[in-house]
Amino acid sequence: MSIEHLILRVVIKIMFAPILLFALYVQFHGDFGPGGGFQAGVIFAVAFILHALIMGLEETKRVLPVGALKILMVVGFLFYAGTGVATMLLGGNLLGYDAIDPASTHHAGQHWGILLVEFGVGMAVSSTMVMIFYQFAGREPEIRDEDW
Amino acid sequence: MMDALLANGEILIDLALLTMLVSVAFVMVRSRHLFVIVMLSGIYSLLSAAFFVSLDAVDVAFTEAAVGAGVSTVLMLGAMLLTVRREKPTRTGRTPVAILVVTLVGSALIYATFDMPPYGDGASPANSYMGEVYIDRAAKEIAVPNVVTAVLASYRGFDTLGETMVIFTAGLGVILLLGAGSVRGGKAVKDKPDGETPS
Repeated sequence: MSIEHLILRVVIKIMFAPILLFALYVQFHGDFGPGGGFQAGVIFAVAFILHALIMGLEETKRVLPVGALKILMVVGFLFYAGTGVATMLLGGNLLGYDAIDPASTHHAGQHWGILLVEFGVGMAVSSTMVMIFYQFAGREPEIRDEDW
Repeated sequence: MMDALLANGEILIDLALLTMLVSVAFVMVRSRHLFVIVMLSGIYSLLSAAFFVSLDAVDVAFTEAAVGAGVSTVLMLGAMLLTVRREKPTRTGRTPVAILVVTLVGSALIYATFDMPPYGDGASPANSYMGEVYIDRAAKEIAVPNVVTAVLASYRGFDTLGETMVIFTAGLGVILLLGAGSVRGGKAVKDKPDGETPS
């Protein structure tokens, strides 16, 4: 894979950043429009999967190593669960976000809580998706064209 | 006049999408070439996403487009690389029992649709009880504009915690099963040494 698929390589270089940006928009805009952590996580992962498909798996692993993914998977889930525990420590129920900002008149605590758990979901989903792809693709690193 | 045209147009779009869904499903069943099947399943997901948009379920459509048409197609392609490209031909003899069972279940399901509430019925069970409660109370209790997010992340936050756990566990299972790059020090793993044909 030296200079094969030149057009695809150029296209993914152009598309990579906009895809990540769109994922972040979906992530943080989830309580105003369609979207949320699950969708954003998948879109975020797709950027890296496309990168791996075109540039080769080894190249992507230099950007996003397996070790980092493993940590992100756990941290994402614990971020969600941790938000729940935090609301409990603040005196509310598990995941009862109103405890974050009890004085608020417009449920700012709910906004914060939803934002935090969606962030955890996004982190866990995106890293898990990329991880699953790594596992499948890593068994046969170079996809030859005649394989299709 | 314009309203009637719009309503009919929506029915036409729904019919076209559903027809395409059924035909894609039939081609998938008939095809033996795995690459074709994987690609068609992506198309199937994209068509259902379009159908969900026409049903005003944009959140579901978004998920279907991103997960069904996007990631799972790629993952299926990755899984296909690890196996053969063609499905083994199966016995083609048709058994009368199978046809009988399919006909019976099919007609039972079609019979059951007669009892379903009409599309968009405000008094249907799905739209009354909890659905109504969420829509009534989300605006003042959660105060986020998207009711779907309010239900998903706040009212059913514990549920979503479990879903995140499921995804995490799925990833963990794949790591444990395929293991490349985690257990054996970042190297691609071959099950059998070169030269030996897999049985």
